Amino acid sequence: MRKVGLLLLGLGFAAAALVAIAGRAAAQGPSPSDDEVNAVAKQLYCPVCENIPLDVCPTQACAQWRDTIRLKLSEGWSEKQIKDYFVEQYGARVLATPPAEGLNWLVYVLPPAAFLVGAFLLFRALRSWRHAAAAAPAAPAAQVANDDPYVRRLEDELKRGA
Amino acid sequence: MLANVGFFTIVVTFLVALYGAGAAAYGTLRRRPALVDSARHAMLLTWPLLSVASGCLIGLLVSGAYDIAYVASTTSSAMPLYLKITSWWGGQAGSLLFWSWLMAAFATAASARNWERDREFLPWVIVVTMITLAFFLSLVVFFENPFARLWMTVDGQQLKALFQPAGAVPLFPADGNGLNPLLRHPGMVIHPPMLYLGFVSFVIPFAFAMAALITRRTDDRWIRITRRWTLVAWLFLSLGLILGGRWAYDVLGWGGYWGWDPVEIAAFMPWLTGTAFLHSVVVQEKRGILKHWNMVLIILTYSLVIFGTFLTRSGVLSSVHSFAQSAIGPMFFAFIGLTFVISLSVLISRWSDLKGDNQLDSMFSREALFTLNNLLFMGILVVCFWGVIFPLISEIFTGQKVTVGPVFYERATGPLWAGLLLLMGVAPLSVYGRTSWNNLGRAAWKPMAISLVVPLAVVLLGVQNVAAVLGYWLVGLVVAVVAYEFWRGVLARRKLHGEHLLVALGRLAGRNRRRYGGYIIHLGVVVMALGIIGIEIYQTETQGTLARGEQLTLGRYVMTYDALSVFDTADGKSVARAVVTVYKDGRNVGELYPRRDYFYASQQPMTIPGVRSTLEDDFYVILVDWQPIGTQGATFKVYHNPLVNFVWGGGLIFILGTLVAAWPERDPESARRRVPARAGAARA
Repeated sequence: MRKVGLLLLGLGFAAAALVAIAGRAAAQGPSPSDDEVNAVAKQLYCPVCENIPLDVCPTQACAQWRDTIRLKLSEGWSEKQIKDYFVEQYGARVLATPPAEGLNWLVYVLPPAAFLVGAFLLFRALRSWRHAAAAAPAAPAAQVANDDPYVRRLEDELKRGA
Repeated sequence: MLANVGFFTIVVTFLVALYGAGAAAYGTLRRRPALVDSARHAMLLTWPLLSVASGCLIGLLVSGAYDIAYVASTTSSAMPLYLKITSWWGGQAGSLLFWSWLMAAFATAASARNWERDREFLPWVIVVTMITLAFFLSLVVFFENPFARLWMTVDGQQLKALFQPAGAVPLFPADGNGLNPLLRHPGMVIHPPMLYLGFVSFVIPFAFAMAALITRRTDDRWIRITRRWTLVAWLFLSLGLILGGRWAYDVLGWGGYWGWDPVEIAAFMPWLTGTAFLHSVVVQEKRGILKHWNMVLIILTYSLVIFGTFLTRSGVLSSVHSFAQSAIGPMFFAFIGLTFVISLSVLISRWSDLKGDNQLDSMFSREALFTLNNLLFMGILVVCFWGVIFPLISEIFTGQKVTVGPVFYERATGPLWAGLLLLMGVAPLSVYGRTSWNNLGRAAWKPMAISLVVPLAVVLLGVQNVAAVLGYWLVGLVVAVVAYEFWRGVLARRKLHGEHLLVALGRLAGRNRRRYGGYIIHLGVVVMALGIIGIEIYQTETQGTLARGEQLTLGRYVMTYDALSVFDTADGKSVARAVVTVYKDGRNVGELYPRRDYFYASQQPMTIPGVRSTLEDDFYVILVDWQPIGTQGATFKVYHNPLVNFVWGGGLIFILGTLVAAWPERDPESARRRVPARAGAARA
């Protein structure tokens, strides 16, 4: 009876080990394609070859990074996990745009803010000029409309022809 | 000997430039014409002197004088003659000398011809150009001497100095390192000079603007004098940018032509302010308003020109373009700061002199639309400037470097570009002065209606991307408006003179070059826009490792890998060259030879794509990797770039339009007649 019990236990362990091995094999899956690797690499920049996205960088170091991505993908890591991994290892500079946190908010906020301020100033300037113009005696508008004599003649001719 | 003569000449030129600036300023302020004349002669001396210095450098480069550090670092005996000559601007020190040489040439050209006519401006033009020249020469004299020799000290250290340091022995390398391989491309031979020509020629309008402010001649005279200079500067800058794009597409091997790299942006920023300036000076000429703004724009352009050179030359941002790094950064920084503050102070001190001659009569007038155009250009400038300097700011304040990549620029500037295209469609139909929404609507509805055919057609053809449909509509609108404008003009000429249509077309553009040249430029821009929409929205790519005879498929294309050979060449590189056959829709369309060159001396790889180019699209193959001979496998990355050739075609139209606009008037009488009488009246 004890022998049967031991046998069963042994079988149980063996089965568990098999399941575990099979599970790992399933997690690794087939090797990810180059396009899958590049889809992630495209969004990363290595600290040495600045401004060259990782998917097209010809250096040896970048080829190794791509191999790392391939390995992580084959281990079932998600795109976000892989990016986080590189950020942890090398800092936020590996990302194509700064993460929107802390001082980095300025990257995203300042240009639209500056544009709005510019638009507001321009609108105010245009309005004040127009009010001043309305108050002032009328300028010779027709003459101003086309002060190039040649073009004026063209326009006149067109009007007469129409 | 040549080296000593070259360096000595540069030192003399530096002193002459300093004297010229000082004598011109002092002579004008103290009313001593003899001193001003002397300053003028000093200025006229700079270009011949720098030509001698440059001649010495070229002589050394061509003769392979490798004891000169610059010659050893930029040339090698295997390089062809033309590359040895172009090494003049291929490295840091030489390019600073080249910049100075151009500055001296342009200062001479700007003041040689019309000394009598512009007598009151020219002393101040000499001051500004000679200060700029002296600054660049000071960098050459004190920091980056292209004539420094190589020496070896007793403890085995290598030194760079013109004269023998104590205890050092001269070094005579048998060969040089050669020019950076990425720069050994015909496009690279002309790309930097074009950019520099553009940069340096923008100094001239700035110098005249400063002269106008200082002498209180604040009407549009300075603008009229420098109109052609500005257009020529803009032409060269545009050419430089387009050639740079083409170079990137051909040799950098990443399937694109514009990567929003900080140094690309460095050249792009003065182009943005320059373009805004070209539009807004027209408003000042026609209506006598925006005088302050034009001054601000030209000051910004000048500062950005120096800033651009600083970014490229100081190594402050390391990027694909920053081949050179040196200790000149702080000098540049101080110079940019000083000139910016001084120019703005001069502007503020003359603020009340710049009051407009007219008021704005309508929100729908052409001048109002031009100010909107300026707002959009400034918006793009802010995005570019901020994107370039933010990594530095982040590094200074948090110690953390960040990357601001293409995604940021594309998203932030996309809507602004669309706004500019819309204005390009509407503004040509507007008129100056008093007008109304109804007038604008009446002028615009016909081309607007015609242009709607385009989005309808592309939607029916299956285009679903909203941005693409909007983009194509805007392109259609601009084309319709330009065609409409030409058509109206040609019809009127035919009626007036009974000319044949083609004759009428030629004469129409000939008589009003700036207006019709401008329309041709707009046409070039939208043709480029077609290409940009094509590649930005519809580019596809794939990568695969193939054994011989295997295939890779991308859309309608199939590529088979036929062969690979790896061999050494005489000029010191190892070349891996693949042969692939390309099929489109099952039909053989030819072989391509993507390559990877490895330069032993500089330990640098260079990826040269194989490209099948048609009007419709490019099939662009990069050799990414290959296995040792036994296995015969190779990895290829393949791009399908739809419509990309429209970018280059549009670029050609763009340049053609600029040439039309900048071409000198045939009849000086008619040019004089066109000068508005109001300018004189305003002063009276």
